Amino acid sequence: MPQPLNLNRIHRWGLQSPPASHRLLPCLIQPSMADPSEAKGEGSLRKAFGGVLGVFILLLIGTLAFSIRLFSVIKYESVIHEFDPYFNYRVTQFLTKNGIYDFWNWFDDRTWYYLENMSTYCKNSDLDIVFELMLLVILDRYPLGRVIGGTVYPGLTLTAGSIWWLLNNLNIPLSVETVCVFTAPIFSANAAWATYLLTKAPSHQFEVKGTGAGLTAAALLAMVPSYISRSVAGSYDNEAVAIFALIFTFYLYIKTLNTGSLFYATLNALSYFYMVCSWGGYTFIINLIPMHVLLCIVTGRYSSRLYIAYAPLVVLGTLLASLVPVVGFNAVMTSEHFASFLVKCQEVFIILHVVAFVYYIKGILSPKMFKVAMTLVVTIGIAVCSAVLAILIALVASSPTKGWSGRSLSLLDPTYASKYIPIIASVSEHQPPTWPSYFMDINVLAFLVPAGIVACFLPLSDASSFVILYIATSVYFSGVMVRLMLVLAPAACIMSGIALSEAFDAFTRSIKFQLPKLFEASPSDAGDTNRGTQDEPTKVDNNTPTEKTEATVKERPSEKHRKKEKKKLEKGKEIKEKGKENADKVSNKPLNAKKLLVLPLEASAVAILLLIILGAFYVVHCVWAAAEAYSAPSIVLTSHSHDGLHVFDDFREAYAWLKHNTDVDDKVASWWDYGYQTTAMANRTVIVDNNTWNNTHIATVGTAMSSPEKPAWDIFNSLDVKYVLVVFGGLVGYSSDDINKFLWMVRIGGGVFPHIREPDYLRDGQYRIDAHATPTMLNCLMYKLSYYRFVETDGKGFDRVRGTEIGKKHFRLTHFEEVFTTHHWMVRIYKLKSPKNRIRGKSKKKTNPKTTSKINSNKNVKKNPWQ
Amino acid sequence: MGRRTRSAAAMAIVPLLLLSFFHLLQFVSSTQEIRVLSAEKRIDLTSPIARVFLTLKVENYGAPEVPEILIAFSPTESEHLAILKASTVEGKRKKKTYVPLSVSPVSSPDAPNGAQLYSVTLRSPLQSGETTTVEALYVLTHSLEPFPTEISQSEPQLVYYRDSATILSPYTIVEQTVYIKTPSSKVESYTKVEPTARSGSETRYGPYHDRLPYSFSPVIVHFENNNPFAVVEELVREIEISHWGNLQIRDHYRLKHAGARHKGVFSRTIAALGYFYWVYDTYAKHPCRLDYQFRQSLSASFKTLLAMLPPRVHSVYYRDDIGNISSSHLRINSQKSELEIEPRYPLFGGWKATFTIGYGLPLQDFLFESSDGRRYLNFSFGCPLIETVVDDLTVKVILPEGSRNPTAAVPFPVNQHLEMTYSYLDVVGRTTLVLQKRNVVPEHNYPFQVYYDFNPIFMLAEPLMLVSSVFLFFVAYIAYVHIDLSIRRPLKTNS
Repeated sequence: MPQPLNLNRIHRWGLQSPPASHRLLPCLIQPSMADPSEAKGEGSLRKAFGGVLGVFILLLIGTLAFSIRLFSVIKYESVIHEFDPYFNYRVTQFLTKNGIYDFWNWFDDRTWYYLENMSTYCKNSDLDIVFELMLLVILDRYPLGRVIGGTVYPGLTLTAGSIWWLLNNLNIPLSVETVCVFTAPIFSANAAWATYLLTKAPSHQFEVKGTGAGLTAAALLAMVPSYISRSVAGSYDNEAVAIFALIFTFYLYIKTLNTGSLFYATLNALSYFYMVCSWGGYTFIINLIPMHVLLCIVTGRYSSRLYIAYAPLVVLGTLLASLVPVVGFNAVMTSEHFASFLVKCQEVFIILHVVAFVYYIKGILSPKMFKVAMTLVVTIGIAVCSAVLAILIALVASSPTKGWSGRSLSLLDPTYASKYIPIIASVSEHQPPTWPSYFMDINVLAFLVPAGIVACFLPLSDASSFVILYIATSVYFSGVMVRLMLVLAPAACIMSGIALSEAFDAFTRSIKFQLPKLFEASPSDAGDTNRGTQDEPTKVDNNTPTEKTEATVKERPSEKHRKKEKKKLEKGKEIKEKGKENADKVSNKPLNAKKLLVLPLEASAVAILLLIILGAFYVVHCVWAAAEAYSAPSIVLTSHSHDGLHVFDDFREAYAWLKHNTDVDDKVASWWDYGYQTTAMANRTVIVDNNTWNNTHIATVGTAMSSPEKPAWDIFNSLDVKYVLVVFGGLVGYSSDDINKFLWMVRIGGGVFPHIREPDYLRDGQYRIDAHATPTMLNCLMYKLSYYRFVETDGKGFDRVRGTEIGKKHFRLTHFEEVFTTHHWMVRIYKLKSPKNRIRGKSKKKTNPKTTSKINSNKNVKKNPWQ
Repeated sequence: MGRRTRSAAAMAIVPLLLLSFFHLLQFVSSTQEIRVLSAEKRIDLTSPIARVFLTLKVENYGAPEVPEILIAFSPTESEHLAILKASTVEGKRKKKTYVPLSVSPVSSPDAPNGAQLYSVTLRSPLQSGETTTVEALYVLTHSLEPFPTEISQSEPQLVYYRDSATILSPYTIVEQTVYIKTPSSKVESYTKVEPTARSGSETRYGPYHDRLPYSFSPVIVHFENNNPFAVVEELVREIEISHWGNLQIRDHYRLKHAGARHKGVFSRTIAALGYFYWVYDTYAKHPCRLDYQFRQSLSASFKTLLAMLPPRVHSVYYRDDIGNISSSHLRINSQKSELEIEPRYPLFGGWKATFTIGYGLPLQDFLFESSDGRRYLNFSFGCPLIETVVDDLTVKVILPEGSRNPTAAVPFPVNQHLEMTYSYLDVVGRTTLVLQKRNVVPEHNYPFQVYYDFNPIFMLAEPLMLVSSVFLFFVAYIAYVHIDLSIRRPLKTNS
């Protein structure tokens, strides 16, 4: 019965919550070849030393996690990155300026400006003047806006806001921007520490390896490129804090599972609450944990600790989650939660109670009575469950999307989004990843993970089964969306940490075992077998046969798997090394347990060397990724040349110009990518922004960009737009400009307004802007705004991104005028000409209320004149 | 009472306005007995700032001594008047020296049409029958009015300058001449008050003879001035003293191009003056330089500004509220540091930009101990950008925590008050002396002093605080480890 004994020990530990030194004790004591008589006196010293060393290493790991993310600040500057972080930054600014209560009620009218034309409502001339004025106020200038407090995950903002508040109260005058920039690195350090805790917990069954595996996993996570890509300094996004919350919630769940302490269960619910506040990825937690509970029940691992770990989390966690405005009743209503709350809660939560009840009854009834009671309960239970299930299925089926939102549907069917929702498909991070991106993002971890999984099976505990489940699900999800690689990274780090620490342990043990043999003739076998703690001998004895069989059984498929992998990824040395190490490691398993069979000295030395090379390779790759691949802030571009560094700071040039030289209430139209940046940096109202919930609106802007000047002017004018901003890379060769994104505008626009048809813009299925381009393409607004007067720069109009001369070089703009172009022409801003200069047949236009409804009339009235 | 003379050294102190009433009583009676024998006014309009040099030869033909003479300004002039300096010439020919004289405004209710009078205190009272020469320099801001008020990108900028052909004075002027110097010979039009002559870039009004007091004949000059009309609408300078050896300066600018407003189309191909592009060539994978032939622009837009910083400047930064501005150059030598900055975008008429320049300086260059044991900061007032008008200047001198009794010595009148600033780990806060002045021109770049008392023991306050908090943390942790906080009675269990 090793299980209860083991758990009893863990339980005791949990209650006493020993300092780190206690936990470190075994790993330092055990390998020591010290005299048993000396062990006690020296042990306490070693214990203290080990504790300090462990804390010191953890501190270093934290520093590493923090500092590896500072490349962006050192190479570029302390600035917010990308697009979404600008929104978060703006919200944080509002929070720090106006306080928490205003933050919850903040209606942001700087986004989604929407003009409902009044003429439709005021045709009736009998209308009361007052009523008309009211309409004017209510309908005419009606910003769609956004209720920030209710639509944003407030975790990140509140975290950074409270850090700022705390610092300011200590009279440390850091700006909000500085705090926001460094929030992500700080939380990466936290995440590394949380990983240490989480990895230590499931590897408890290895007794001594907990701390080692924990430290290794923490070090791996501190620099895993996948996580770095979302948490470099300046990348102020939800994921930055959410990954910490995710790992910490898992840790607390496992801690509760190991200890059965209600204290940790409550902490777990709170940590889950923080996760819900931070990121939409909380659904991953609330799906994964019920799955694990179900797994435990099915495999007969039910215990009261499982009940304590799960029930409070579901009840408390769901209650808390529904307090977050953006989640609200979604916490129980949407299908994304069905897995947990309805399907699984009805199944898992109820099943858990049923099982608990059964165990209870079993305890008080005699076996005979129990059988009778069992049949009774099972019949009633099945009846009730099926009834509830039926109702649920009916409810879900009656809703139009079957209760599934687009993003979650694309989770189940990776091709769903690209087939049906262009706006989701147009975002690169929603695409399924390619194989190289795995290598780029988790590097050698991808090869260490299988070894870690094997290690977790020897022996399988509640905690290690959870980690296995975690890695399995996250691998699946990462295969659906590149973005979810982020969820995979911690799991991969944990697995690799366990694998590496196991391997090192095996090799160093065999070296240690053999070293004395080299010098002395007499082997000290007896001392070796007895060097464990008190519990160990019994445990080893009990485990040995089962473990051995288990290992041999496991060995084969895993090796086969490895062979397959080898064939698939014949990439060279590293992989071979890895394969060998893993094979070594796996075959070592039983040796570890027995401690009698050891590897040859030379083999283990070589293996350690190879492992170190592997680790070095990982570190080099991570540093490279942090420094080169993931640190560019994307609003500032740089390029190196023989005479130094050149900075392309055009985006901020344009935003600063808008901020200082346009009216506060002017509306700026641009493609939605630049929405958040425009509101944050230029403080101007935008028509569409990166919060892509309103597809129709984005389609309207897409349609305007794809239309000829006149209809585009009408659309923009009906939206009360004053300025149009386009991003153009043709002069300097900046390839992610609007011309390259243009087909998405056409597609999204055409999805709502059928007169925009993609084939009109393609010549023989090819997208081109040179002389062979279609007339529709050459006359659309995007083309004109991008290439207006471009030919004057070099006389030919050579586009450096597309690598051709443009198709139409000399043309005038009739409805727009250029008001600003940045230094490298990367951002061009146009102003809508005022209508007076334009209308010639005024009376004719007036009769036709053309600009009335921007959406409906577009559909019916506007025809593409180029076909 | 009114017969006070002041030494040149005393001039540096802010004039006492108390006495002006008494001055006035005396002048009203004495104006009749002074006349200006010859007067010359040279107006320099080559920059956006109008600088006027006035030379007056004054004679006292009455009996009583005259300690002060008056200079008059029209209401618009006095509104735009940034600084007025007067000096007198001493010695003959080669050994000529200019001795500065103190100037103070005088309330003049009886002056016609709201003319504003300033009195210049002479070194020694002018005896009956004596003559003396007084030279005055005054600077007018915002006195060049763009017309047309809106120009397109390639048009030249034309401005009006309004003044009088005769010198406004409370005294009779026997002979006078006014010269107006424009940046180029391109003068659209000018008012003629005979005799008027124009040669090259200079227009001459006069000489006129025996004009009565307060005679005024308005003239208007319309000419081309393509200088950048850089106006700092608001400048907040923070000067933070740290006795650990650093002086930190932060200048927050709100800059505006105050010339003729830009209208119509903007085009890089016209705007660019010798621009070239660093092209990131996706095919060549390295940047290459691309030069274009651009038409020379006539417009008064500006790309760069030059800031003169003190020598030994370090850690200079130039940014705005959305991050670093990467276009600046710093040249340091032992005499001075020049910081050439470009706003994010070229400024056309009416366009605005904000930015911040910050830098550190070694403390020993600027902080001294006076003979009475007080410390004083000696720093330059005014704006480091050259040829720039500052509409509203605020200088905040943030003294170290624990300093007391700050007093400022500024060579011209400023508003001042005290406030508290809280910075790194402050408990009581740092006393901050705030000096405010409107209408500041480069002529105000003059050293000023802030005196304060400081006990060096305060330097140790914050390090000690940090040390003790770390110590307390460890004490608390040790206590926590050794105290059993559990509710249960400790049980001896045999596990």
